[in-house]
Parts: sequence; C-alpha cells; structure tokens
Amino acid sequence: MTTPVSSMALVLGGSVIGSVGAVFLKAGAVEIGRHWSTILKNWKLALGGVTYLLSSVLFVKGMSHGELSVLFPMVSLSYICSLVWSRLMFQEVITKSKLYGVGLILVGIVCLGLGSA
Amino acid sequence: MSTITVPPQAPVVDHEKRRQAVLIIIAGTFLVAVAQMLIKSGANRLGHADLLATAIGILTIPPLFAGYCLYGIFAVMMIYALRHGELSVLFPLISLGFVWVAILSVLIFHEAMSPLKGVGIAIIVCGVATLGRGGRH
Repeated sequence: MTTPVSSMALVLGGSVIGSVGAVFLKAGAVEIGRHWSTILKNWKLALGGVTYLLSSVLFVKGMSHGELSVLFPMVSLSYICSLVWSRLMFQEVITKSKLYGVGLILVGIVCLGLGSA
Repeated sequence: MSTITVPPQAPVVDHEKRRQAVLIIIAGTFLVAVAQMLIKSGANRLGHADLLATAIGILTIPPLFAGYCLYGIFAVMMIYALRHGELSVLFPLISLGFVWVAILSVLIFHEAMSPLKGVGIAIIVCGVATLGRGGRH
C-alpha cells in the first residue's frame, strides 16, 4: 500500500492551515472583554475557528487514504509552524525546553505512526 | 543627589493562569479523543450520506451529536487557555490527543497495542512534560 501524494498534500496543508488558525484564535482570544460584543464582533476569533475547522476536514480527508506511518509524522509540521508563528506574531521566547519538547513529540509521533502500520 | 529611575514595565505574567492553561489543554485533548471515538462509532450508521443527510445525521444520531458537542466544548476551552498561555507551549500539547486516542482504541475497540506504539506514547508524554515546563524561563 502506498500513500497518494494528494493525501500527503491534504495533511501537510491541514497542518499549516491549522497552525495559522491557532494564531488567529489566540489573537482574538486576548481581545475578549467583559462585553458580549467583544466575542460577537471578534473577526479574528471567527476566522480562527473557521480555519481550524477547515484544517480538521483536510486531516480527515487526507488520513482516509494512505499509510498512517507516513501521514502521522506530517501532522507534526503544525507544531513546528506554531513555534515559528508564536515567535513572529506574539514575540514568545523559544526556550530549549520548548524545542526539546516538540522534538520528542515529533519522534513519538513517528513511532506511533510506524506502530499503527 | 540621586534620581529615581523607574524600571521599564515588564509584561505581567501570571504563572498560575499559565499553569491552568496547560491543564485545560491536557483535559481538552482527552475530550477530543472521546469525541473522535464517538464520531467513529456514529459514522458507521451514516454510511454513504450526502451533505444534507450528514448534517441531519449529526443532529439525530446520539454518538455523533455528543461527539460534535465535545468538539465545541474543546473550542471554548482552547480559547480560554490561549488567552492566558503561550501559543508555543499550548499548541504542541494538542499532540497528547494521539496518546489518548491510542489508549482508548486499545481499551474500547480492542485494537492491538504494539511495542512501537507503546514507545511512541511514552516519548510523546515525555515531550509534553518537557513542554509543560517550557513556559518558565
């Protein structure tokens, strides 16, 4: 069984889109105040929600064909992207433990993917 | 003669709220895993439904409805957590969902637990634990 390139593209695309969605969710979340209008008129929150939903649809579509051992590790692209976005957009400090943590998660997901084959 | 210098205002970091945010996401990933199990078991009843039939199915098939409700609850939890925590810590934590799904698949659907799967779960948990401390500089 081989993994179609279209499935890889869907999963990789879903990863990048999902991490961008999280950026909008956070940007919108910090703007929520005491009044309801700060949620209802919050376009960042809405865009974040839609983007995140879109990424999960892409994941489900991508994962339905192909090998999990190949597709699972591709999801971890989203975690690497999230580190980059948080530094660029929110000036978060990328500490060593964050890098080690994401590195371990990456290795773990590869093992899980191979073990699920 | 001395002049009083006011130190530049450091951004206020509430460590208690950050710790809470991490715990909220950890609990949330468990909800998502349960949601996925519910949707997986409910989707069998859906068969090859078109878009409208799928939408009606989500509202009328109890496990599907419950699954998507849990997803909604997770969205609210995530927004609350992102308000107070760092994206670079919280987002990779979502990978814990893989671990819950693998454990629940063995417990509920009696899928085989291969040694490699077990190793993967252990390594991801180590990664999550390392990340959880990553917010402290």
